[in-house]
Amino acid sequence: MTKALLSGNEALARGAYEAGIQVATGYPGTPSSEILEAVARNYADDIYAEWSTNEKVAMDAAAGAAYSGRRSLVTTKQVGMNVLADSLFYAVYTGVEAGLVIVTADDPGMFSSQNEQDNRWYAKLAKIPLLEPCDSQESKDAIVLAIELSERFDTPVLVKTTMRVSHSKSVVELGERPKTPKDVAPFVRNQQKYVCTAMWAKKRHPVVEDRLIEMARYAETMEQNRVEMRDHSLGIITSGVTYAYVREVFPEASVLKLGMTYPLPQDLIRTFVEGVDRAVVVEELDPFLEEQILAMGLDVKGKEYFPPCDELIPDRLQAFSIEAGLMDAPADGDRIEIVDDLPPRTPVLCAGCPHRSTYYWLAGMQMPVAGDVGCYNLGCLPPFNAQHTMGCMGASIGVLHGMAIAGIPEKAVATIGDSTLFHSGLPALANMVHNRSSGVVIVMDNGTTAMTGHQDHPGTDWSLHDKPVPRIRIEPLVRAMGVQKVVPVDAFDMTAVKAGLDECLAFDGPSVLITEGPCVQVTKPNLAAYEVDLELCIACGTCFRLGCPAIVKSELVQESTGKRKAEIELTMCVGCDMCRQVCPTSAIRRPGEESTT
Amino acid sequence: MNCADILVAGVGGQGTLLASNILSEVGMRAGFDVKKSDVLGLSVRGGSVLSHVRWGHEVASPVVPRGSMNYLLAFEPLEALRGLHLMHRSAKVLCNAHPIPPVSVSSGDLAYPSIKSIEERLARETASVRFIEATKLAMDMGNPRVTNVIMLGAFSAHFEIDRRIWLDVVLAGVPEKHADLNGEAFQAGRDLLGKEKR
Repeated sequence: MTKALLSGNEALARGAYEAGIQVATGYPGTPSSEILEAVARNYADDIYAEWSTNEKVAMDAAAGAAYSGRRSLVTTKQVGMNVLADSLFYAVYTGVEAGLVIVTADDPGMFSSQNEQDNRWYAKLAKIPLLEPCDSQESKDAIVLAIELSERFDTPVLVKTTMRVSHSKSVVELGERPKTPKDVAPFVRNQQKYVCTAMWAKKRHPVVEDRLIEMARYAETMEQNRVEMRDHSLGIITSGVTYAYVREVFPEASVLKLGMTYPLPQDLIRTFVEGVDRAVVVEELDPFLEEQILAMGLDVKGKEYFPPCDELIPDRLQAFSIEAGLMDAPADGDRIEIVDDLPPRTPVLCAGCPHRSTYYWLAGMQMPVAGDVGCYNLGCLPPFNAQHTMGCMGASIGVLHGMAIAGIPEKAVATIGDSTLFHSGLPALANMVHNRSSGVVIVMDNGTTAMTGHQDHPGTDWSLHDKPVPRIRIEPLVRAMGVQKVVPVDAFDMTAVKAGLDECLAFDGPSVLITEGPCVQVTKPNLAAYEVDLELCIACGTCFRLGCPAIVKSELVQESTGKRKAEIELTMCVGCDMCRQVCPTSAIRRPGEESTT
Repeated sequence: MNCADILVAGVGGQGTLLASNILSEVGMRAGFDVKKSDVLGLSVRGGSVLSHVRWGHEVASPVVPRGSMNYLLAFEPLEALRGLHLMHRSAKVLCNAHPIPPVSVSSGDLAYPSIKSIEERLARETASVRFIEATKLAMDMGNPRVTNVIMLGAFSAHFEIDRRIWLDVVLAGVPEKHADLNGEAFQAGRDLLGKEKR
């Protein structure tokens, strides 16, 4: 048996391979992005994979492929599920011709998300089965099982991981890929099943309800729902990665490990609870299992002990368990204290980042800025502090419009990246044009989906399969949408960015400033570092306002002010030139260049 | 051979993830059950990176409980201190002596603690501490990017695992054109601690 050490996301991709999946779609989002990347990297010959424009489009495409007889997979992070949901819900009524799996990678602990929503509710809301793998082996197996369930019960299936499952590595036994059809049959014309018009969809609803009862019966005996009887004094009901934490903290306790957490095996749960002295439910975030088990009339405790915020990693699980009297406090008393007076290491825009010029000017102008999701969200942090709202993908333009129709007494701007614009910014921009709004939309076009790992999007000329594709250009696109003031500028030209911003601000109506500059992590320029002439530097601090990690405080002090002069860190500077352009005394220069004064 | 709970600490861009992947693979090839968990956040943009690597007979949680880590492999002194509370008092610490000041220091008003004070603090709290000039050695070898492989070479001296396993996994994880350099870097690191042991 071949074994490999895989991350949860790599294992999910392997699962797609071993489940005979032939179509995989998604939109990048931490912690889910590596699933499709692994599919494209490892199984390109067997599985068509694409980054779709957004999660909803990805879901529609996967549904269409599943209607057409191809086993299909959609991947999303937890908040992307909100975008995807509308399309999931019709697929629940229609069912499929071939298996359809949706993977949601949730983010308890909020390592890279705007909220901590628990996507297990989507399974209950949509009335579809939900699998929760605990590690990489189970992640791989979950995809294979999900396809089996999907085809057996004629339903989409939801698989939920968390950051700890997706980004942890563990050992996986590899299997084979089943035979998959090379060609598919002509499209099935089954209107009463696949057209969700009210009169036909009404007949599908009882099918969905009956299916749920059948699946609950199946849940009673499936091996993924497993009782591990040990000490009878404490019984723990758990699922997903929290099972691993429970085993770490309570090695002696009896455990009911639920691999499928919707619909629930009620008899199995009842027998387990009645067989132990005290039963608790350990689950991260919401009381999803607990509420359903309480509704069965069983005496279990859960959120009374374990709060709904943040992860339940072993340290926290242990602390709450001690507080709840589930275990005794260990008699260590000799643990090492946290060193809490350390200078923080917060993320910053990279040296050479094209977004820097925009935030430099916005910080100085102090107008309201509606922000969006991407690296440029770092514009909300010092030294810029130049972003005043940020909610979700594509929200910036709609929020800017809201500021305008509310009648705020100042001009406002929105900042949005190229990938985010295509994802969900365009409908909001159309709305601004249609409803005669005003405000400046700054499209920060770095030519990639940078934050999640440089994926393609409709504005790039390559795709996930690395084949050349036509590129949709933003300038003619927004002009065609009726935006009358469109100003493209070079993001690395400080004066041009400021002039473009002023020109757009002066325009009466919606305007679009496009700041164009490629992501430095893609171009990785190998230019020599700039230098500061310490005699010319007056320690005015202008260059520090660029927030560049390559510009550091030197030991030299300007005598008149007591402030430290600037210095450029050789190993970090990539020669983007922005600091040279803003320096009022021309103290910063290209390597080898004589000073101009 | 021992079971091990290893904390790998460093700064985004230092190659800490490659190092924790290599440690995991080495553990598996040496016959252990292995689990690994990374906390990345926005680490690629210069933030802190922490990885938990566990080698054992049957590993339950990918996240190691506080106070039970027995090895700290730190690529940067400040990040060693940031992970210190996770360690057991019997832990062995191996730290790269080269500091990377965070922006809160380089362009802000906060101070970076002295390397000496960091070393003393680590030594006070744990069983053994060894600082090595891995970045300096890497630069002398002509490429600062092999710092992580030097660190791995030094770290490998803690264990009775065949040197071939280490080297095979390291070389599989780096670009082929840099295989010779990485092989030398690994050995140079291993020699640093080998000398210490004698």
